[in-house]
Amino acid sequence: MKKMIAVLLLLPLVSFAVDNSEAMEDPELQARYETLTRELRCLVCQNTPISDSNAPLAQDLRRQVREMLLSGASDSEIYGFMTDRYGDFVLYRPPFVQRTWLLWLAPGILLLLGGTVLTRTIRQRAAMPIDDDDEDEEAIE
Amino acid sequence: MIRFLAPIIILAILVSFFFVGLYKDPSIVPSPLIGKSAPAYELPLLLKPGETLGTEKLLGQVYLLNIWGTWCFACRAEHDVLLEIERQNIVPIYGFNWKDDPHLARQWLAELGNPYVASMVDTVGRVGIDWGVYGAPETFLVDQNGIIIHKLIAPMSMQIWHEDFLPLIRQLKAVQR
Repeated sequence: MKKMIAVLLLLPLVSFAVDNSEAMEDPELQARYETLTRELRCLVCQNTPISDSNAPLAQDLRRQVREMLLSGASDSEIYGFMTDRYGDFVLYRPPFVQRTWLLWLAPGILLLLGGTVLTRTIRQRAAMPIDDDDEDEEAIE
Repeated sequence: MIRFLAPIIILAILVSFFFVGLYKDPSIVPSPLIGKSAPAYELPLLLKPGETLGTEKLLGQVYLLNIWGTWCFACRAEHDVLLEIERQNIVPIYGFNWKDDPHLARQWLAELGNPYVASMVDTVGRVGIDWGVYGAPETFLVDQNGIIIHKLIAPMSMQIWHEDFLPLIRQLKAVQR
């Protein structure tokens, strides 16, 4: 019984390779292949990169990436090839363009806004006499 | 006063964004090919394997390019609509048999009827990538100059045909005259 539990506990560690294509001879190309296929979205199963998808289209796109790498294409040429056909949506990192500037800048803007409100509130409170702040206690008195 | 209103206003803004998002279908990815030339290609025909067809040979006419495959359930659902559109005889429909078994595809057309003037065969899906195809059925509207005017990523329906495609086709044909 204990053995069985141990085996069952180990089961999640077994990973199933989705991309079972042969590794490329050149390790540098293989590394780029792995990065590229992780950065490109599978459009059929939208929340997985093409590296982790078994959808036929993902397989086709992996083949396309591999062939382009072998023919000497640069990373930006491969990303360009994909966005020309499928739009920016294939990229997990959307480009900084007119349509996406708010998306990119929103975290900074929110941080600035929050920070300003926070420092202002803290300063105001620090300037207040301690008793004035507590309306409840006043009411009790 | 502002202290109480501000959170409510912020919440209202957020809710309105979420509400709009609720009615958007994330599986429909707008094609960057709209307004651009159809990709150059030439593929063998399903029913006449010796002959080929492609963008260049189809220049000079307004046509629909319908992406289909026998493995695609929604394609079966739209098939009757395509037959009906073909009967209306307004624009030719060309089929693009995508990542399919040609034998099954021929059987399908024999059984369900053939709405296509011709179907091109892309078994490996290479040309499909050039068209930015990602899920059948898809239907492209291409004009006389080989420019992609419109793309439908869903099964064709009579409503979509009347509301989205026909007005565009009338416009294109008016220009032609």
